[in-house]
Amino acid sequence: MEFPILLTILLAPVAAALILAFVPKEEHMLIKCVAAVGTFVSLALSLFAYFTYDKTVGGLQFVFGHNVTWIKDLGVTFFLAADGISLPMLLLTNLIGFSAVFASWNVNNRPREFFILLMLLITGVMGTFIAHDLFIFLLFYEVVVIPIYILVIIWGSSKRVTKEYAGMKLTIYLLIGSAFLLVGVIALFVKTTALAGTPDMSFTGLAQAAAQLSRFDQIWLFALMLFGFGSLVSMWPFHSWSPDGYAGAPTAVSMIHAGVLKKIGGYGLVKIAVYMLPVGASFWAPYMAVLGVCGVAYAALGALAQKDLKYIVGYSSVSHMGYVILAVACLDVIGLNGAVANMFAHGVMAALFFSMIGFIYEKTHTRWIPDLGGLARQTPRLAAGFMLAALASLGLPGLVSFIPEFTIFISSFHNYGGLAVIGIAGIIITALYVLRAGANTLFGPPRPEYDHLQDIRGPEMVPLVVLGTVLVVGGLLPSLLFDVINSSVVPLHAAISDALQIGGKF
Amino acid sequence: MLVEFALYHAWLVPLLPALAFGVIVFLTRPWPKLSAIVAVGSMAVACFFATLAAYGVFTNHEFVEKPLVYATRWFSLGLPGMPEVQIDVGVQLDPTSAMMLFMVSFIATFIFLYSIGYMEGDPGFSVFFSYLSLFGASMLLLVISSNLLQMFVAWGLVGLCSYLLIGFYSHKISAREAAKKAFVTCRVADFGLLLGLLALQIVFGTLNLTELSEKIAHFEEYTTFGMLTLIAVLVFIGPIGKSGQFPLHVWLPDAMEGPTPVSALIHAATMVVAGVYLVGRTLFLFHEVPSAMQLVAVTGGFTALFAATIAITQREIKRILAYSTVSQLGYMMLALGVGSLTASMFHLWTHAFFKALMFLGAGSVLHALHHKADVWEMGGLYKKMPITTWTFVIGGLAIAGIPPFAGFWSKDEILVATLSEGHYVLFAVGAFTAFLTAFYMWRMIFLAFFGEEKPENHPHESPWTMTVPLVVLAVGALGAGWVGTPWHNVWAEWIFFGHPHHGPVNYGAMLLSIVLAAAGIYLAYMLYLKDAKKKRARRLAEWFGPVYRMLYNKYYIDELYLWFNHALVDGTARLMYLFDIYVVDGIVNGIGGFAKLSGDGLRVFQSGRLQNYALIFFLGVLAVAVLMAFTGPSAASLVLGGVK
Repeated sequence: MEFPILLTILLAPVAAALILAFVPKEEHMLIKCVAAVGTFVSLALSLFAYFTYDKTVGGLQFVFGHNVTWIKDLGVTFFLAADGISLPMLLLTNLIGFSAVFASWNVNNRPREFFILLMLLITGVMGTFIAHDLFIFLLFYEVVVIPIYILVIIWGSSKRVTKEYAGMKLTIYLLIGSAFLLVGVIALFVKTTALAGTPDMSFTGLAQAAAQLSRFDQIWLFALMLFGFGSLVSMWPFHSWSPDGYAGAPTAVSMIHAGVLKKIGGYGLVKIAVYMLPVGASFWAPYMAVLGVCGVAYAALGALAQKDLKYIVGYSSVSHMGYVILAVACLDVIGLNGAVANMFAHGVMAALFFSMIGFIYEKTHTRWIPDLGGLARQTPRLAAGFMLAALASLGLPGLVSFIPEFTIFISSFHNYGGLAVIGIAGIIITALYVLRAGANTLFGPPRPEYDHLQDIRGPEMVPLVVLGTVLVVGGLLPSLLFDVINSSVVPLHAAISDALQIGGKF
Repeated sequence: MLVEFALYHAWLVPLLPALAFGVIVFLTRPWPKLSAIVAVGSMAVACFFATLAAYGVFTNHEFVEKPLVYATRWFSLGLPGMPEVQIDVGVQLDPTSAMMLFMVSFIATFIFLYSIGYMEGDPGFSVFFSYLSLFGASMLLLVISSNLLQMFVAWGLVGLCSYLLIGFYSHKISAREAAKKAFVTCRVADFGLLLGLLALQIVFGTLNLTELSEKIAHFEEYTTFGMLTLIAVLVFIGPIGKSGQFPLHVWLPDAMEGPTPVSALIHAATMVVAGVYLVGRTLFLFHEVPSAMQLVAVTGGFTALFAATIAITQREIKRILAYSTVSQLGYMMLALGVGSLTASMFHLWTHAFFKALMFLGAGSVLHALHHKADVWEMGGLYKKMPITTWTFVIGGLAIAGIPPFAGFWSKDEILVATLSEGHYVLFAVGAFTAFLTAFYMWRMIFLAFFGEEKPENHPHESPWTMTVPLVVLAVGALGAGWVGTPWHNVWAEWIFFGHPHHGPVNYGAMLLSIVLAAAGIYLAYMLYLKDAKKKRARRLAEWFGPVYRMLYNKYYIDELYLWFNHALVDGTARLMYLFDIYVVDGIVNGIGGFAKLSGDGLRVFQSGRLQNYALIFFLGVLAVAVLMAFTGPSAASLVLGGVK
């Protein structure tokens, strides 16, 4: 039996959490080191998996536990596997998870509990990306909700809204999304079991059986899933949890939430909803495109009106997710590639952005832009990280987000013409708010009250180094990202077009 | 041997300064001198390779017809065998790109050298050189690109570097705002260009220049004429922004907030000529669409005149130069619009020398006068700063169009091309602009360098690192045009679009442009040097008060954009935000509130107090008892649900 690499990646943070439970709570340094090691193991192994994934073969690899039956009557198996769509997400989770530990290096309020919850959160997120069984997917998804809530209400911060409100809003939205999802999943399961005869919860099994569904069934099941996944990925108009939630959350949670947790929605749309219900997807695609474009334009303008740094990035991430929705709505090879790649790119960039804002807040005790200014002089490295994230956010050519956006633009312009142009125009507004935030925070005359500030150094540099490297390398060599994604998007798209040609049964 | 190597490894030219950027950022930043050596050295080596490559191209006439192209896959989507999108990166060497490669690296080398003296003692010395290197690398990458997306990437990086360098003194609010303005303005233009590229990719399935030129030659097989027109116009929006054409020229004059070598680099060798170069590179597209050509020509001609009128009234030395750049870029666009790649690239070439020279000269002056920029406060600098003055005068003669200086030949070429294509109005505009150019340039030169010395100024000549580039560029400003004289036009044999055209020598146009230039200089002399008190100049300004103020305030276009941005864009943004927190969140909170309210209502019945439960129980029993007492058992059993 080969080495169970996915299981090891999944369990390394759990092991760290278990060890942390036995570390004395005063040993702050030790606690942080254990968390760092746990996430590092996952990161190193997921890098290994990413680069050893056989792109020429494609499909599911590193399969584990597909014959380990969990619940026989429901056809649930502990099926872990990765393909070209889940691997970038897994890698992203670990890049951000590892960085998040160092972004939280200065957490001194009950660090042991903080890091245990953080480890559980990372595990939950990873689990959703490598589960190949819908039940296990939902299970991990629910694992995510609890740590998020506790992390926000204890270690969060209250500004425009209280952290309790933010935490509650975040959690309730997650739960409402998952409630609709659950209804959809149960209905899908019941219907496919009736069709196939034997219960099977694995993605492949469900997809095969779902091909027999009537067009009407596909449409309403997809609607449920679209609502569930859509509110998770902050699809307009179900986005309002996002700015408030990020603003209230501690840095690490903002990083993980905006960076990867949100992507579960987009990932689920592609890998579950579209894959299993292609006929439903093609019915809803034009509506999704409209919602996506609305999200892009609306949230970009929303970001322009903000004065709190976290709110800017919060709205910005809603806007960027609009591109993902738009790309999924294209339902072609270029669009789906762009959707997955853009999720990766946005994750890296948003995480870097939130970590830098976290440091600014930690050092100046404010995120209110009119109170900031001229920080580039006092904290040049912090400023460099901030600007790098800002430039990636506006899709600067040469950084990781440019090519994904470009592919989305090709596909959406091709499929939706004028509607896409409105979305593409978002790049102008993005440049406007991002550069304005950068200018007013970092440039201009330095303020004497911040003369004593210490620039980021030592462990604080890790998020900048790790995420910054990815931003640049991914931008210069887009094939590193696209070759992997493409290897799984092509067969996925082939399956979709087959199903659409048959057109579903009435 | 070495030439061969340079030809097939032309990607080394942009790579070297890019590496210098990395080395300076990560290694040599603490040691300013070392950083400068790395930057200048790498650019000099790049220039050496570029020279070799250019030599290789210009000694082999095959490259004119068949450019040297080598490329590799950057990324592709779809099945490996037949991808739906494939983007290559590579090198395309032909006389045009070889000329640019040489010119950019040559001018950049001397600007880098100059910066050593100019930036001495600046706390950001190393950082400055790292940005310069990246700037040079991006521009060189843009020049050799074989693919339009690759070009767009370099285009964006050039924009980034200009942002970083214009805002180099970022603690100054004005520099910060100018940098942002440059980026956002170019971004608006890039939006158009991006749409154009997307349409090209979708319609023709490729962005490689050579393939596109073949496919567009018979575009009917792929698309309609209307679509092609739209694409051409969209593509042209990019250069409007990058090359500072009306109405997106607003960022360029503000770009002088950066250190002067940056202004020289932006205005002469890189950045702004990128737009002209892009149109030149995609001329096969515009060529198919006469109306797009017309648009290019009119935009160029109008910008040339428009910027020249503004330049007449400006007071700051770099601002005058900036508007002259806008105006000269207009000439280049005009030449492209009338279909003459030859004239456009020729003017780009000569302009690079004399404009770099004049910006560096202006930098030398600012350096000596401690950044006092108003030409009215200068005067008589020629005594203390002979090298700066006389090299600047050469630049002034070149841009005014006095033979045998470089600018004369290229401007003449443009005017003749305009005339021979039958654009009489544009010819008149070009000729009149030539007169204005001579006037405002020499107004500046007479005010700043001649006349009486101001006692409060203590000018001194600059160090050798600054004067050597001035002298070298002055030689270029004098002689760079001799390759393209009408009698023996070597230039036109190499750089052309379609087929080389040798018109007959047009002595009439030549004479006209000399007379106009001389008249401009003479007028400037009468107003600003002979009349020591400048009474007449002041009186003129008073007579034409409203016009003068309008020109001085740049036709109030900046104010218009500012209003648009603040009132409309920000206003909409605030509206959206209010909508978000009151309507969208209002609904969300409303739903939450309703749930909470109903919970509060129902909570009364779930208080957990035994007494309450007992009370309700008792009241229930009482009610039943009353019911039974008054209506009899049958009705009561109905209420109780049939329980008997």
